[in-house]
Amino acid sequence: MTPLLLAIATMSVLGLGFGLILGFAAKKFYVETPPVIDELEEILPGTNCGQCGFPGCRGAAEAVAASAAPVTLCPPGGKEVAEEMAEVMGIDLASGGGLGEMEDAEPIVAFIFEDHCTGCTKCYKKCPTDAIVGAAKQIHTVINDACIGCDACVDVCPTEAIIMRNKPKTLRNWHWPKPGDEPQELELEGAA
Amino acid sequence: MKLFSLSSLKRSTGYSIRGGVHPETRKHLAAGCAIEKLPMPKLLRVPLQQHIGAEAAPLVQRGDHVLKGQIIGKARGAVSANVHAPTSGEVIAVGPFTAPHPSGLPVATVTIRPDGEEKWGKRLPRLRPEDASADEIAKQVLEAGIVGMGGATFPSAVKLGLGKRYKLHTLIINAAECEPYLTCDDRLIQERPEDVADGIAIMAKALGTARVVIAIESNKPHAIEAMKRYIRQAGPGAEVMAVPTLYPMGSEKHLVQTVIGKETPARALTAELGVVVHNAATAQAVHKAVRYGEPLLSRILTVSGHGVERPANLEVLIGTPVSDILDHCGGLTGEPERLLLGGPMMGMPIQSLRVPVIKGTNGVLALTARETRRKESMPCIRCGKCVASCPCGLQPNELNLRIQSDDLDGAVDIGLMDCVSCGSCSFTCPSNIQLVQGFNYAKGRLAAKQSQKHQQEETKRLAEARTAREEAIAEAKRKAMAAHKAKQEAKKKAAAAKKAEAEAKAAAEAQADGAEAASQDAPQQPAATPTEAAE
Repeated sequence: MTPLLLAIATMSVLGLGFGLILGFAAKKFYVETPPVIDELEEILPGTNCGQCGFPGCRGAAEAVAASAAPVTLCPPGGKEVAEEMAEVMGIDLASGGGLGEMEDAEPIVAFIFEDHCTGCTKCYKKCPTDAIVGAAKQIHTVINDACIGCDACVDVCPTEAIIMRNKPKTLRNWHWPKPGDEPQELELEGAA
Repeated sequence: MKLFSLSSLKRSTGYSIRGGVHPETRKHLAAGCAIEKLPMPKLLRVPLQQHIGAEAAPLVQRGDHVLKGQIIGKARGAVSANVHAPTSGEVIAVGPFTAPHPSGLPVATVTIRPDGEEKWGKRLPRLRPEDASADEIAKQVLEAGIVGMGGATFPSAVKLGLGKRYKLHTLIINAAECEPYLTCDDRLIQERPEDVADGIAIMAKALGTARVVIAIESNKPHAIEAMKRYIRQAGPGAEVMAVPTLYPMGSEKHLVQTVIGKETPARALTAELGVVVHNAATAQAVHKAVRYGEPLLSRILTVSGHGVERPANLEVLIGTPVSDILDHCGGLTGEPERLLLGGPMMGMPIQSLRVPVIKGTNGVLALTARETRRKESMPCIRCGKCVASCPCGLQPNELNLRIQSDDLDGAVDIGLMDCVSCGSCSFTCPSNIQLVQGFNYAKGRLAAKQSQKHQQEETKRLAEARTAREEAIAEAKRKAMAAHKAKQEAKKKAAAAKKAEAEAKAAAEAQADGAEAASQDAPQQPAATPTEAAE
């Protein structure tokens, strides 16, 4: 019986000792996550679509915080997100932060050509926000309000039935153009 | 052209408000025209969104036959309104059609081809307002799909239910009609004062207000006189008040200030001051709904402007295309500079004559270039006229500067959200700067930003829900796998145990056999013999 007790006692003491050392080290050598990363992650869409090339929104936030990526990295977030992130990072976007190209970036959403849809269910399994509805061998469709335009469904469609297009304007999201610049005039003719 | 009518205007009664302008009223064009009933148009296009709030849900399909007054769109949500078939006929389409809106974007619309029989469907049950409770009246108004007919189109039933949440003392009937050109409320009160008065009495009962003030601008003496004749029908506490002729007197908050002398706090409801404002045309609609069980199917509107051959006041069915209305009035005199639904100050420019008129459309105006006086914008000369004219006490020049430099938050800081978009500043600006247009842009932009933010939060929630669901599925799978494995293991174990048992038994038997064999070898022999024999 004695060797058994001895083994248990040794292991317990060792475990306790290492545990204490680890605990102490965790406290002593704690590396604080810059709060800015959390702030940035809060701003990002949080859908982990991966279009920026970083592993999820957390990864993107870390990259932006480390200045390894521009604040304009998030295509679904668009200008709004870029502006907010620039504010957190203290970057002046007006002085060439790459915002110039984003200025015209309209929100985009996926659109499924129903003629081409075979109901394979591949796209809606891929959608990070469950914005595609459908069932096996039923035509799928996109809920515009839930779609973030992340592009994930386009690649998996075997019949190339999905495209990205500008989010359609509705009476709810329409507003008057800014006096002086009337670029919407042209669009209206296209829409009508 | 004169910007202000400089003749000294006698301040009739009421408290004064700040700012305001005196545009030429040009009401003489249609003020003398009695209300005509428009002949039945060939098609009626009834949008399912004619009100502030959520779109009504369609209840009919293509090919259905509908009866007059039949409900074709059901209110969705607390702030929404029912839509009814204005006449009997066949539904030939349910789907998107150009909205009566400056954007020209489509809205869900029910298109009806009238059969000309005007056959009534089931009406709402009539109410005796003397016996009905406030809730019953509000419910009847809700069922009838009545919305504010002055143009704001806020569901009236919601406003009639305010008595429950606030202590109300005054109901103000807005018949100021401060927009130039428009004369429909004026004619309505002159020609049907008893209906309006009865509607007012019903609304006062629903709200529980002791005092009723019918506010009419002093430039409508005939309407004031007509209303005074029927004032007793509007209740014991009713009075007619001739308010000064000043734009924007018809703005809810400014009318309240004129009548009771108190300014409504920023972004608060007038109900907080104990006052509710309803339009005169709404009162008539309430009268029809409660006394006769008729939903809101038609309205009176003014067709005016020098671009129209024959100005008129018409009673039209909801959904009548603008082109039919103009045809009835002799058509256009030429290509109009502006085609508007509503008044010239706050009305909506439309791009197509095919759009229908809706519950909130109080005018169809075709204005010539001479009337619109559209001129090129010049730099601000800091004259301060816009500041003096703003009825809300804002600084339109400063707001404009901030909006032009995309500082929308800065504009909000100095009161953008208190702007009522009356357009007094743009009207009075000697440099023709598009002030109110900029404010409308900024408000729309901010609302879009807000909704985008909301949407982003929602998509984030969706993504999180999906991740959680996927994890749960993986977890469940793992568990199922583990359970399956455990089961297999148990089976195997059981089988092994059985086998072991069997083996042990066999071994034991064998041992026993061995032992027995050792001791009783002899009796074993005969036992085997019969088997051998059988074989």
